[in-house]
Amino acid sequence: MPVSLLWAVDVYGRVYSLSTAGQQWEQCRDAQMEFKRVTAAQQCCWGIACDNNIYLNVHASDLPVRYQEETYENQRWNPVDGFSDRLLPSDRWQLSDVTGLQHQPLDNFRLPSSSWEWEGDWYVDENFEGEPTEKEGWSYAIDFPATYTKDKKWNSCVRRRRWLRYRRYKAMDTWAKIPSQQTTLPDPFSDISCGGWEINEEPRGRLSLWAVSLQGKVWFREGIYHHNPEGSLWEEVPLPGEVVQISCGPGDLVWAVLWEGQLIVREGIGRDCPKGTSWAMVDSPSPDVGATHVAVGVNVVWALTKDNKVWFRRGVNSHNPCGSGWISMVGEMIMINVGLNDQVLAIGSEDRAVYFRQGVTSSELSGKTWKVISVPRDGDRSHSSASSLVSDVESDTEKGSTDGASCIITSSSPESFVDAPTEHSDQPIETPKSRIPKVTSDSFISELVSDRGPGKTSREVRSAGPASVGPLDPQWSNVDLEEAQGQQAQTGAVVDTADTSSLSSVATFTLAMEDPYGVDEHPMWAWVSGGGCSVDSHTQLNWFNSMVQSVQSMSLSVTPAQTAAWRKQIFEQLSERTKREMDNFRHYEQAIEQSVWVKKGTMQWWRDWKPHKWIDVHFALEQFSGPEGNKDGILFIYYNFYEEKKYLHAFVNEVTILVPVLNDSKHSFAIYTPERTKQRWPIRLSAATELEMHDWLALLSVSCCDSRGIQGPPSKQAIWSITCKGDIFVSEPSLSLEAMPYPTPCDQMFWRQVGGHLRVVECNSIGIVWGIGYDHTAWVYTGGYGGGFFQGLASSTDNIYTQVDVKNVYIYENQRWNPVTGYTNRGLPTDRYMWSDASGLHECTKTNMKPPSPHWTWVSDWTIDYSVSGGTDKEGWQYAADFPASYHGHKTMKDFVRRRRWARKCKLTTTGPWQEVPPIPLSDVTILPCAAQSSVDVVPLWAISNKGDVLCRLGVTALTPAGSSWLHVGTDQPFKSISIGAASQVWAIARDGSAFYRGSVSSQSPAGDCWYHIPSPSKQKLKQVSVGRTSVYTVDENGNLWYRQGVTPSYPQGSSWEHISNNVRKVSAGPLDQVWIIADKVQGSHSLSCGTVCHRLGVQPLEPKGQSWDYGIGGGWDHITVRGNSMEPPRVHLPSLTERTPLPVRNTEINSSAVGC
Amino acid sequence: MADDKDVLRDVWFGRIPTCFTLNQDEVTEREAEPYYLLLPRVSYLPLVTDKVKKHFLKVMKAEDVEEMWLEYEGTPLKWHYPIGVLFDLHASNTVLPWSITVHFKNFPDRDLLHCTSNSVIEAHFMSSIKEADALKHKSQVVNDMQKKDHKQLWMGLQNDKFDQFWAINRKLMEYPTEEGGFRYIPFRIYQTMSDRPFIQKLFRPVSPEGNVHTLGDLLKEMYPAALPNDGEQKRYQVVIHGIEPLLETPLQWLSEHLSHPDNFLHICVIPTPTD
Repeated sequence: MPVSLLWAVDVYGRVYSLSTAGQQWEQCRDAQMEFKRVTAAQQCCWGIACDNNIYLNVHASDLPVRYQEETYENQRWNPVDGFSDRLLPSDRWQLSDVTGLQHQPLDNFRLPSSSWEWEGDWYVDENFEGEPTEKEGWSYAIDFPATYTKDKKWNSCVRRRRWLRYRRYKAMDTWAKIPSQQTTLPDPFSDISCGGWEINEEPRGRLSLWAVSLQGKVWFREGIYHHNPEGSLWEEVPLPGEVVQISCGPGDLVWAVLWEGQLIVREGIGRDCPKGTSWAMVDSPSPDVGATHVAVGVNVVWALTKDNKVWFRRGVNSHNPCGSGWISMVGEMIMINVGLNDQVLAIGSEDRAVYFRQGVTSSELSGKTWKVISVPRDGDRSHSSASSLVSDVESDTEKGSTDGASCIITSSSPESFVDAPTEHSDQPIETPKSRIPKVTSDSFISELVSDRGPGKTSREVRSAGPASVGPLDPQWSNVDLEEAQGQQAQTGAVVDTADTSSLSSVATFTLAMEDPYGVDEHPMWAWVSGGGCSVDSHTQLNWFNSMVQSVQSMSLSVTPAQTAAWRKQIFEQLSERTKREMDNFRHYEQAIEQSVWVKKGTMQWWRDWKPHKWIDVHFALEQFSGPEGNKDGILFIYYNFYEEKKYLHAFVNEVTILVPVLNDSKHSFAIYTPERTKQRWPIRLSAATELEMHDWLALLSVSCCDSRGIQGPPSKQAIWSITCKGDIFVSEPSLSLEAMPYPTPCDQMFWRQVGGHLRVVECNSIGIVWGIGYDHTAWVYTGGYGGGFFQGLASSTDNIYTQVDVKNVYIYENQRWNPVTGYTNRGLPTDRYMWSDASGLHECTKTNMKPPSPHWTWVSDWTIDYSVSGGTDKEGWQYAADFPASYHGHKTMKDFVRRRRWARKCKLTTTGPWQEVPPIPLSDVTILPCAAQSSVDVVPLWAISNKGDVLCRLGVTALTPAGSSWLHVGTDQPFKSISIGAASQVWAIARDGSAFYRGSVSSQSPAGDCWYHIPSPSKQKLKQVSVGRTSVYTVDENGNLWYRQGVTPSYPQGSSWEHISNNVRKVSAGPLDQVWIIADKVQGSHSLSCGTVCHRLGVQPLEPKGQSWDYGIGGGWDHITVRGNSMEPPRVHLPSLTERTPLPVRNTEINSSAVGC
Repeated sequence: MADDKDVLRDVWFGRIPTCFTLNQDEVTEREAEPYYLLLPRVSYLPLVTDKVKKHFLKVMKAEDVEEMWLEYEGTPLKWHYPIGVLFDLHASNTVLPWSITVHFKNFPDRDLLHCTSNSVIEAHFMSSIKEADALKHKSQVVNDMQKKDHKQLWMGLQNDKFDQFWAINRKLMEYPTEEGGFRYIPFRIYQTMSDRPFIQKLFRPVSPEGNVHTLGDLLKEMYPAALPNDGEQKRYQVVIHGIEPLLETPLQWLSEHLSHPDNFLHICVIPTPTD
């Protein structure tokens, strides 16, 4: 879980942030003035300062905010001057935008605000559609506007070139005022709310920002996205009344509160219309008491009424933004906010503390209890132990009562709170009893609180006496509506005095110091915003009992060092025990004799003979100890063949891999041996339940590893691969894997599974391994093993973390045009299904489509996917003359069919030895493959963000494989693949399919200095690159594998591409220049496989292209990396009289070539 | 640093070298040789003494043989305690091998339960596991298991199959991460100088405030006398599987790693040897 921030403003206008990993509020020192309100997104935070201006704080990230300004220089040929800027009167401007309609001289470009700076001066773009142009970047055409080519032809009458200049947003991590470019700008702002980032991913970083002015008008900020964080202008939104407060969720929910106490809901918000179209009215939750505050998330709406009651809106979703009814919740709050993942934060009306709603999950959106966030603020002085003890105990009491009160509903009837709650809150209540231990168990709470409820305490308190805390600053009264309800803010201390009687009894309980503040220092919060705070119900937060830990470390003396001490003690004593009790008695007889152990079960087997089908079989695994004490076993499959009982068996030590093949109908797995790999026909078995399958897989896997003596984490040399299901496998390379001339055949490689779910994995030979998930999240390997369904002995206990991945499932809606009704879902009888997969062959409807396997759960509804190649119209349709054909994004006369793609997100939660590397999503990563001299050596690691930015990771070492931060490497276009060779040669592929070489990369200059454009092979668009020690290999979109010829130390760009092979999906070149690929269409003796691991044979220093392929595991493989395997194979030693001389000779040869490049 | 799983193996494969000698009063046809055996600490005496019985029956007349029972220095050994517990409780800090006297007469009905067959042990073992799971998971895990899983646990113990046993037992050791441990820790505290067989109460692995409970916390609550007072000589040893874990050791960890196969953490409190 990446670290993110919760923002809050205290009643004095000071802005604080609290990190999800932190334990104290950090004051935002940069804020020059007091703030009234803040609203946060993950990338920035907006605020209204006391000057009523809006300020923006963009969080510094490794990706700079830079904007590319461009303008076109246009010229026309005339017989006198040749090409010159003398254009015809009907022509465009000499300097114009791309359409030619807009006059755009270079000096017309201005920085939008003082928060921007120019990166450099204007320069000419010398690339044209991925190809370098001849000098000066001109492209030619017959006339304006027409098709431009980079070559000058006989009929080229006009030419143009593009000028570029970058500006950069410099006001990072500070509060920068948003310029108000309009003089008609509203009366002062009183409320803002940002959200809407889930409506549309394009343009990147898009946000909706809604603001309310003091006169009750609502404004929408147009044009906020990553490259324009400040947005461009305010637009007024017509209203049915005067608004006091507004809330915008991450999706399409926008609610506002009217002065009169009703609520309004924005309707018509969508992809093309983030601003929405109209308002719908919703009554206040309570007929007599108006609403004062509303907060919305993705699927939730929470509201407060004037009496500080909390309300939850039932039945809200994007189809029904108004929801269906109010539910009264426990607690009295003065302000409420919904953060990411629909998590809820609030400020208590009594104590002005920030509360976090615990237990909010997608299935239980209303959560369970309010929990106060009790962490100190930086700058708060530490207290003497005596005084803090007293105050802590007191506030503990208070906390107990709040806690108990808020628990009533969920503890009494967790599921049916919908019906129950309102009576509770109206019941008369006793004062909390003095015995209030801190409790975590619901049942315990219900016992404690069953005889009391919320409310009474606070009523008593209100009458109890004068405020001892400074009253609210009057300046807030015009901002905060709550003033009208009387000053119940000055409370925390009052509660304390009211309850001091409890001190003695509570003190006998443990000193759970919830609140570190002295009575007079109780923090009073005014506003909180969780819009940037990425937590969910599983997040481990340290916000609630930070003092408990410090107390514990003082009195109970459990410190990390001593934690190690007890463990160490146990290990030491156990080994002493072994010495004492066993070492001298080894000759004694064992009480229990060892024997064969058999595990049996029933399964289904995909039978070997035709017609292939699943048949019931008995399955048995017999395990026994081998002659040298190693374990071994045999698998038996007992089946009936025409009434005759037969069996099939496999030795466990011959099994090369166990591959889970889970789908919604079968819990099956495949067992391969070298022979089965050659046949491309594994033993396929299916268990009755998923659990049973995982039990068998875990058992068989342990058995296979035992028989091969493999245990613990993969070695640094391990070869990593990924299947099309996202499952991760590792193989330990044998010394002779790359041997010449007789390498280990790669169908004999043993693969074992590692927990987690990835799309890409890359490693190097000092054990640094990075992965990228389907949702582009970057992960770093923690050094553990197991996870997933490997539990107990097959998995390490440390270094296993939760991993979440998200991917889209797509279906297509197909329609045919007819002259009567236009496009309808009535196709021709010969047509494909009207709802289908991409091929059209299988019917896939919104209702029958299931997630890819039972591990995946839907996390969104079906939405139209606009990001389809070829483009779409406004409703997502693509048109074509007929099915199947090539589709385009607009309707023409010749089109009779159309289709659109629907996407639905599904999520997988698993565990594995992976930790997230936030925050930038990646599409490719590469790590320097050579061995580093020592563990502190910084290892170059390059990556491509999923937006195409090139990044260089700083601080990556063997001890800190995650590194520290990203360095952004400028490019003029988005990239998609990158690879770094053993001598720091960096090659990359741009999205347009051309290659680039990065010059001057070295340890002194880890990011290099400039890109050299390398044309792609003729008529091919490259898609992936891998650079080994000296070799450079690329794969193009048509599956061709290319080798870069002529690469020498003095000319590292090489001279030309040489075709090596076709049907290649991916390539991995290793530190020995070994070449491994994922190939399609590999013919086995029984079947054809796509996605097969292949090894290039015959690769030698003088023959780097190798000779032929050896076929390994597959199909269904998507990715492989051999960049960790730097083990030099033993030199084949022909019998000779001179012992061992060849080895050093070969080494020097290798070293020289490695160093030379 | 060794892996926590190595602890599981060490615990499972703990052995006590034992010398069985026949009681002097038994009538024999010829002199009975002592019998030497490595007894698994985690097993039960009747499960591992078949060979002992056979050995001594060779020198005895069938009519002189009643139910076999074992005794150490005058104390009849309860078969339903794990062997390691019996050893730690009665014989730790003594010279190895452990010298056990074998009886075939005068079964001490007041001290020992009869054990007529292995199925009695199995029933006892399984009921311990179920009791432990009731404490740990409100019996949810053990009830979700199939009959064959139960059988596998028992067969694992009976045949000394670590992998076979742990393939199932790991499920009994799981708990929701957010709860930080089991509901209650299944433990038993044994002491030599008390009439009570053992102490067993409800005790949570984590305090209501979220503090991790340690072995020291448990003893403070259950058996404060076992803890040394300030500045005082240590009077008692707290022994689990023949070792003395530090009092700071988290109880949850102990329960997961140092429990016997019956899923209970058996803790012996014995007087510190005087020498």
